[in-house]
Amino acid sequence: MKTNEVPQDDSFFEEGRIRDMCYAIDEDGNYKQVLSLGWDPKNEALSQAWNEIYEQAEETRNKVLEGKLSPLAWFMEIQLLDAKLLSQYSGIPKRKVKKHMKSKAFTDLDDNTLTIYAEALKMSVEELKDIEIVRKGILRNED
Amino acid sequence: MKIDFKHKPAAHCENGVTSNLLDFHGISLSEPMVFGIGSGIFFSYLSFIKVNKIPVISFRPWPGMIFKRVTKRLGIKTARRKFSSTDQAMKELDNLLEQGIPVGMLVGVYYLPYFPPEFRFHFNAHNIVVFGKENGKYLVSDPVMENVETLTYDELVKVRFAKGTYPPKGRMYYITEMPAEADIKKAIVKGIVHAGKNMATIPVPIFGAKGIRHLAKKMRTWPEKLGKKMARLYIGQLIRMLEEIGTGGAGFRFIYAAFLQEAASYLNEDSLKEFSTEMTSTGDQWREFALQASRNFKQRGKNITTFDELADLLVKLSEREQNIFQRLLDRFSKKTLM
Repeated sequence: MKTNEVPQDDSFFEEGRIRDMCYAIDEDGNYKQVLSLGWDPKNEALSQAWNEIYEQAEETRNKVLEGKLSPLAWFMEIQLLDAKLLSQYSGIPKRKVKKHMKSKAFTDLDDNTLTIYAEALKMSVEELKDIEIVRKGILRNED
Repeated sequence: MKIDFKHKPAAHCENGVTSNLLDFHGISLSEPMVFGIGSGIFFSYLSFIKVNKIPVISFRPWPGMIFKRVTKRLGIKTARRKFSSTDQAMKELDNLLEQGIPVGMLVGVYYLPYFPPEFRFHFNAHNIVVFGKENGKYLVSDPVMENVETLTYDELVKVRFAKGTYPPKGRMYYITEMPAEADIKKAIVKGIVHAGKNMATIPVPIFGAKGIRHLAKKMRTWPEKLGKKMARLYIGQLIRMLEEIGTGGAGFRFIYAAFLQEAASYLNEDSLKEFSTEMTSTGDQWREFALQASRNFKQRGKNITTFDELADLLVKLSEREQNIFQRLLDRFSKKTLM
């Protein structure tokens, strides 16, 4: 790859903050560092991975709205947490997390357990219980 | 408190951290040099280990290997620690910073607030250097970021103790003692020989050039075995491993070519320039593969590359790399240095 061939296809990077460092040869055949803003094939591969996640989350969202699964299940999904990982972050056993992903068991949860989940998901207990957020399907990135 | 540490961005985090730490301690080596001396080029296809339902494909060795090999090959002494207590992990970090020692550490990327959201997965083998504290925030040199970033105490604890696959457990590492004189030439030869062995001679068919051939063989069966959708996800993952932040393009092939070019001057060895040119052209072939592969999973346009055609490209790459690394190995395994 030559320095003038390093692709600059706009992507998820931010100029001046984070770009992809590439190595390419200049006209004299010497290797140089060149910052890239992105390349279509890999932008598409990254989008594909996210689309897959969103597709899965959409399925879960419908099940929450149908009353089969709890909001917890959807919030986990959009933060890429499975029962095992949330169990590790919250200290609540995996089998219980799985149970609480079901609508019925979730409704019966005490405030203490809800607080633990909310903390692990970086949200408030009110948000965690708020089916309206799920209905609107707001994907929020924490920070 | 701030240590006089130079933040230099790099393609790959571990190369960057190693290069920046060495620089602080008085040895100036570029990212490609660190990568080459640490035998960072590799390939493995582990069809039996799946992360998010997709088998592990890797173009680099196990995390931590580059730092370990480079320091060892240059005769540098290091210390590494891991912790069960977060308090202890932070206290020891503070102690080292007080002593003016910059500290490398492993972190998870999901909770790194300065990362763009699209790159935040629960991935736990990211390397950064912490080199001071200002206004209650830690100063962070993250090689993939263009500038110095900061993290609060709580944010740093969160990423140092990320959970999931390969949890960092507060792992940190730093240089404790530098040699009177580091033999860079000898380290380069060791790095080349080791990479040659890894790529050309491991008898298990899932590693090195043989691993690429193995991947090709498996790829032909994907559409039938996995269904079209899953097969395309596998292809997408392969492109990400080849090209996503950190590889410098083409699964580290261009960084390795840059190393061979620099090594040619260090060793005064013209054959390495030719090897570098060959490696560059292999990298170009990998880029072509990535481009074709993306046409496969998009399923758009007139000429959709089939899985068989992609596998054919991989077989060619496998043969080519087998040949290059075997010749590098032959040339340098018995080389005596002037």
